[in-house]
Amino acid sequence: MTITSAHAASQPTLDLVTDVLVIGGGLAGTWAAVAAAREGARVVLVDKGYCGTSGVTATAGPGHWWVPPQPGAREAAIDKRLASAHGLANARWMARIIDTTWTSLPTLAGYYDFPKNEQGVTQYRGLRGPEYLRGMRRLVQDSGVTILDHSPALELLRNDQGEVAGARGWRRQAGRTWQVRAGAVVLASGGCAFLSRLLGCHTNTGDGYLMAAEAGAELSGMEFSSYYCIAAADSSMTRSMIYSFGEYFDAAEKPLNIPQGPDFTDALAKALLNGPVYCRLNRVPAQIRAQLPSIQPNLMLPFDRRGIDPYRDRFAVTLHAEGTIRGVGGLRVIDDTCQTTVPGVFAAGDAASRESIAGATSGGGAQNSAWALSSGQWAGRGAARLARQKPDHSTSLDGFSGAGLQSRPALAKSRPDELIQRIQAEVHPLEKNLFRSGNQIGRSLQALDNVWDEVREGLQVDEHNPLRAREIAAMAATARWCYSAAQQRKESRGMHQRSDAPEQNPLFDAHLRIAGVDQPWTRHDPINPLPQGHAQ
Amino acid sequence: MIELIYQDLCSGCGKCVEVCPTNTLRLDTQAKPQIVDQQACQTCFMCELYCASDALYVDPDCERVRQPDPDAIRDAGLLGQYRRDSGWDEWAADPRHSNQHWRMDGIFALARGLADATPIPTKAQ
Repeated sequence: MTITSAHAASQPTLDLVTDVLVIGGGLAGTWAAVAAAREGARVVLVDKGYCGTSGVTATAGPGHWWVPPQPGAREAAIDKRLASAHGLANARWMARIIDTTWTSLPTLAGYYDFPKNEQGVTQYRGLRGPEYLRGMRRLVQDSGVTILDHSPALELLRNDQGEVAGARGWRRQAGRTWQVRAGAVVLASGGCAFLSRLLGCHTNTGDGYLMAAEAGAELSGMEFSSYYCIAAADSSMTRSMIYSFGEYFDAAEKPLNIPQGPDFTDALAKALLNGPVYCRLNRVPAQIRAQLPSIQPNLMLPFDRRGIDPYRDRFAVTLHAEGTIRGVGGLRVIDDTCQTTVPGVFAAGDAASRESIAGATSGGGAQNSAWALSSGQWAGRGAARLARQKPDHSTSLDGFSGAGLQSRPALAKSRPDELIQRIQAEVHPLEKNLFRSGNQIGRSLQALDNVWDEVREGLQVDEHNPLRAREIAAMAATARWCYSAAQQRKESRGMHQRSDAPEQNPLFDAHLRIAGVDQPWTRHDPINPLPQGHAQ
Repeated sequence: MIELIYQDLCSGCGKCVEVCPTNTLRLDTQAKPQIVDQQACQTCFMCELYCASDALYVDPDCERVRQPDPDAIRDAGLLGQYRRDSGWDEWAADPRHSNQHWRMDGIFALARGLADATPIPTKAQ
């Protein structure tokens, strides 16, 4: 590894000027780019990997929250979700995403081959991830958007007025930097699972949270970051549908009581803390077994390649941490266009807090996909309209001097992979993150503060891969925000469960905002005491 | 993790290098892909899906390198499974591989029905 003090500073830079810069080319980012282009804006979309395979949608099979505009149907769907949101969700935002999703998906005809069921009815609700994002890439291209693949953003840039006016990053296959001047920026950089084995999550390391927080943005709901998903042990295949048929056993082949429903993860986690857990899928009906490869074509890959017949054999299972991916927290959005507290910076998808629709519980795949599709379009449109009012992109730009950008190898105490392991050691273990306690949160925060001090003081920045140092900084910052918020919420609510405060407490009928990079601070915003009606 | 690239099958199109979300592969001077950062592989199988020549093999173990036997994998018919089952490219017209993803809702409902009808082995905790 070669270390320099200013990586690649002498290399030529790709310098672009645009109206809207979209950072992230997953579900939210592609919808944002399409919506911004629809407004007539010039749009550049940068993706850390490849727009079409990056992110957690491309590898999955998202359903969407799909409720027809029939009398009472949407109100009933919203009431059901409000009942499980523990007071933190908002009926108006739910109504907005249901409607936007309903009207948007059919417009993809021509880009996604929507199948018909046996009755000949076109099926819009659920899409296969790879085909969905392949289609979105084509739609983005047909909309006239410039795509930069393998071009991770490293930091936001500000003009001489202090306003965010673009971003700069790294073209990792070209070995060069890029800079994009933009009237508005949409952060669609995903959530953060801290490089767990969740399928497709390794591009999602919280970079957008860090970039925005450096510019002064607030985050919200970061304490709701303790979601886990089942997979066969040693595999990344977090496709959970089939496990709803599972029978579960301990190492002595004794059946375990791991009931389906809201307590499934807790029951499985408790069993895993006692020893290995095995699953058998013999209750899957024969007809479904035959259809599965055409329903979820990646589901069987780990079994077939290990020579396991999951319908007959018992196989070990595990839980993979999802952090803020199917967790809730993210950048706080303050208006209907998903603008953050930093003017000109918008957030969409998992980069944004989903509290307004999910409250204290994960929205699950369907609500979350609907959120990505909807918030993406609102942010893209909002960014385009704002950028139109900002004619001048010509001033010189500066960054925010964030952590992990400057290499100080002489001060680096730990190797990059050691720092990642120390972050993961606090946020991945079930006994620390799923089953929380005030004491353990305090110990984890201490460990993470130590990591942050090292990140701040001296990090090795690899000139051939400056992204990794920024990812470490982003993960360290995100972990601190998650646990700082968890420490402040001295109660149990939704997925945030603390053994030292096991009840929900009306004192915490509030959103927990958090901001600040070196010294995070929190604020309680009480939920609106006025009753929220439907579709206000 | 990505384990095998069958150079005899590879067309040198470079698509795998382009689509890998974690930049695991690189084209060599003969325009053939090489695994340059195996630990960066997130075991997402996207390279296999996009490889029209079925020239890549991703082992499902995301934790450790397995070094599978290339001949055994090829003989077992495991190459190209994901692309075929997805109905991509030459499989698009084959009704056996049509997109049945929409059946997920019905399967979830069926599983719920089974769970409701099956007595649980011990009392709920």
